[in-house]
Amino acid sequence: MVSLTVNGSPHQIDTDPATPLLYVLRDELALNGAKYGCGLGQCGSCTVVVDGEAVLSCMVPIMLLEGREITTIEGLGTIDEPGPLQEAFIELQAAQCGYCIPGMMMSAHALLRRNAQPSEEQIREALATNLCRCGTHMRILAAIRRAGELMQAASLPATDQGRVG
Amino acid sequence: MIPKLMQSITLPVARAETSRRQFLLGALAAGTGVAIGYRILSASPALAGEAATESGSHAFSPYLTIGGDGKVTVLSSQFEMGQGSYNGIATLVAEELDADWSAIDVIGAAGNIKAYGNIAFGGTMQGTGGSTSMSTSWERYRRAGAAARAMLVAAAAAEWGVDAAEIAVENGVLSHPSGKSGGFGAFAAKAATMPVPADVKLKEPGDWKLIGNAELKRFDSARKANGTEQYTIDVKLPGMLTAVMIHPPLFGAKAKSFDASAARAIKGVVDVVETPRGIAVVGEHMWAAIKGREAVTVEWDETGAEKRGTPELMSTYRDLAGKTPAAFARKDGDTDAAFTSAAKVIEATFEFPYLAHAALEPLNAVARRNDDGTIEIWGGHQLPDVYQNLASEIAGVPVEKVRLNVMKTGGSFGRRAVFDGDVVVEAVHVAKALGFRAPVKVQWTREEDTRAGRYRPAYVHRLKAGIDEAGKLVAWSDHIVGQSIMAKTAWDGMVQNGVDPTSVEGANNLPYAIANQTVGLTTTDVRVPVLWWRSVGSTHTAFAAEAFLDEVAEAAGRDPLEFRLSMLKPDSRHATVLKLAAEKAEWQKPLPKGRFRGVAVAESFGSVVAQIAEVSVDGDGIKVERVVAAVDCGLAINPDQVRAQVEGGIGFGLSAILGEEITLTDGKVDQGNFDMYTPLRIDAMPKVEVHIVASANPPSGIGEPGVPPIGPAVANAAFKALGKRIRVMPFAKSLNA
Repeated sequence: MVSLTVNGSPHQIDTDPATPLLYVLRDELALNGAKYGCGLGQCGSCTVVVDGEAVLSCMVPIMLLEGREITTIEGLGTIDEPGPLQEAFIELQAAQCGYCIPGMMMSAHALLRRNAQPSEEQIREALATNLCRCGTHMRILAAIRRAGELMQAASLPATDQGRVG
Repeated sequence: MIPKLMQSITLPVARAETSRRQFLLGALAAGTGVAIGYRILSASPALAGEAATESGSHAFSPYLTIGGDGKVTVLSSQFEMGQGSYNGIATLVAEELDADWSAIDVIGAAGNIKAYGNIAFGGTMQGTGGSTSMSTSWERYRRAGAAARAMLVAAAAAEWGVDAAEIAVENGVLSHPSGKSGGFGAFAAKAATMPVPADVKLKEPGDWKLIGNAELKRFDSARKANGTEQYTIDVKLPGMLTAVMIHPPLFGAKAKSFDASAARAIKGVVDVVETPRGIAVVGEHMWAAIKGREAVTVEWDETGAEKRGTPELMSTYRDLAGKTPAAFARKDGDTDAAFTSAAKVIEATFEFPYLAHAALEPLNAVARRNDDGTIEIWGGHQLPDVYQNLASEIAGVPVEKVRLNVMKTGGSFGRRAVFDGDVVVEAVHVAKALGFRAPVKVQWTREEDTRAGRYRPAYVHRLKAGIDEAGKLVAWSDHIVGQSIMAKTAWDGMVQNGVDPTSVEGANNLPYAIANQTVGLTTTDVRVPVLWWRSVGSTHTAFAAEAFLDEVAEAAGRDPLEFRLSMLKPDSRHATVLKLAAEKAEWQKPLPKGRFRGVAVAESFGSVVAQIAEVSVDGDGIKVERVVAAVDCGLAINPDQVRAQVEGGIGFGLSAILGEEITLTDGKVDQGNFDMYTPLRIDAMPKVEVHIVASANPPSGIGEPGVPPIGPAVANAAFKALGKRIRVMPFAKSLNA
């Protein structure tokens, strides 16, 4: 039995502790935002935030995550109450198929927690793991810059922007 | 990258906390349970109108339903892979319906060829491809919206006892000068019973509020920004099992025998079954299936399998390209005589590798036999009728007993439009092999998605051009060598006189005034499975033509832009987009030191796109800094989505020429995951600006036409930067040669 805290909620997981987090999120916790894209840490579609850092959930066995704070896309806001990243991605129309977007947003979330005004180079570096096949890269960059602005405008400390985790 | 991220989780980071979080989690818990799983999925209709009764909404036609809550649900004949077809179709319906944009949703429809047949395919088959979604929908879905509007108005007129002509409709609300008013929901039930008007009057362009509105946001943005969009991978049915496939390592090989005893011993592995397409390892969930897969050993029968590798194939192709073509797709004038009398003749050979579609959502489908004996399949059904027929044969049920739920997908780029139904067929086979005892999701791993085939074919082009004393292009020949996509498929009839149109499109319709030209084709027989890949033939034909044209301009001592324009009618679409791109990129103005540019133009799927790429030197290679595009796609229904598609096409095309390549060694695909087949990463994406030519012509393609010009535009700029011609893809191969 492994204890996980996801988006603030505790869960007892009765599965092989070597199972990577992604499969547990999707198959046991019904959190489908993180996506399977490669299973090898190459595409970033499965990115979640663990204790403030972007982590590729397809590569991390759950046994390493006990006692840590896991945040998934579902923790960033809802349709009715979108977080700043979500607002910005909608405003800039950054999604096409949308499959990479949760991973992109979680990488961005980890970045913006550290630095609400990242340079374009810093954003590109932080998102280098995340593949987008539709080619919406420029809009994703613009959306992340915009999210940083929204956070500044809200005059909230950057570390509290994701609301969860 | 992985070690760094893995390492990072060992670093303790101060936790955020608080009541705000609690509040949010409450909201989440309320929201996610509904969005996930069967309940929503069951509302996806296999047959138009069927869902209406299930969900309490009212069918106005096979194209739309309206709920008692006023929600308008459009049933789309066109499949959504990210390209925005649902949004475009919703725009057409909402415009004529005068609907509230925020009350619109779209779901995929199937099972009614008469209603959903693609008009661009002759109307006899439903399907999404060839960038036809807007052209096939342009009249159909505006009419559907207008008809439903008329029915709502008729219902309100009857209820209020007023003249229908006095009723106004705006933003989902009907109103009458007397002060009476009501939302769509109030009249939906009655309106749906009204006769569907045989003829409707469509709005004049001047009255459009949504069509052409650059501010309109995609209706599906919010779901995509919070992870609740539903893809096939997210489908969960009660008792569902998940299978991963083991496909033959060589194309054309078959399983002789397999040993699954070790796999069956793994916790969570339910079964290992054989299908005609490979071995399926079935688990309680995906991870169990993946673990089980590693423990299965298979002996393959490689008789008749393709065992040639890329070096042998390309060598054969090069030899063939130097010989007389097997067939001709164009013959104008007397090319032989023109070459003989030309002042200068230049030749070049271009080589293009196999390419994988590499959609981020690997292929998948879910199949279930329902209690009533129907077979229900969830998937990215890009050619639904084909899949319905194949499933009916495999399951042994009549076609009408196969219900398709058309899911949105994480990309496709052509990959989900296949005549053999691949993953859809596998899902039915696996479910059948299990005696239909449980619903089954077949989920390809990334490695299977890369290795199990269907690629943009590899091609070699041999080009030759003759220039006269004045620097005028007087003779042109292009010999294309490669596999046919359509031959020996259900569309074999499209191959005429030995020419598969998808092999030569973009080469046999050059817009330039060249009096003597031939386009030849030699189709090769290779067992590597091939398929259309975003922009199909133009992925290679436009590159070869536009890059070679640059070489011709160079040989003639002419500016590449002026050279192209000199062979085009000044008011032609090609000249128009070239001039617009040149103006916006300030072609006449010298670039800062270290920057170089190249131009290309291509027509595909009825649209014309010009691009000017600016590059800088980066080590031994180049970095693409900026791309300026101009597009004529007829009327732009959603201008921002037109821009998005051209931006995306540029990213997709650039990705291929810079770094994508599927190679084979002794018939076996060398690449597996994204570490070896790497699409463009965000650090390499240039700045892109897209300019749309104002047009009143009916909408033409936009999902694909952004792709073809980027390769040659960048190659032409790279020549300016490096003095080297890029003729072998991907670029690194030319630069290291």
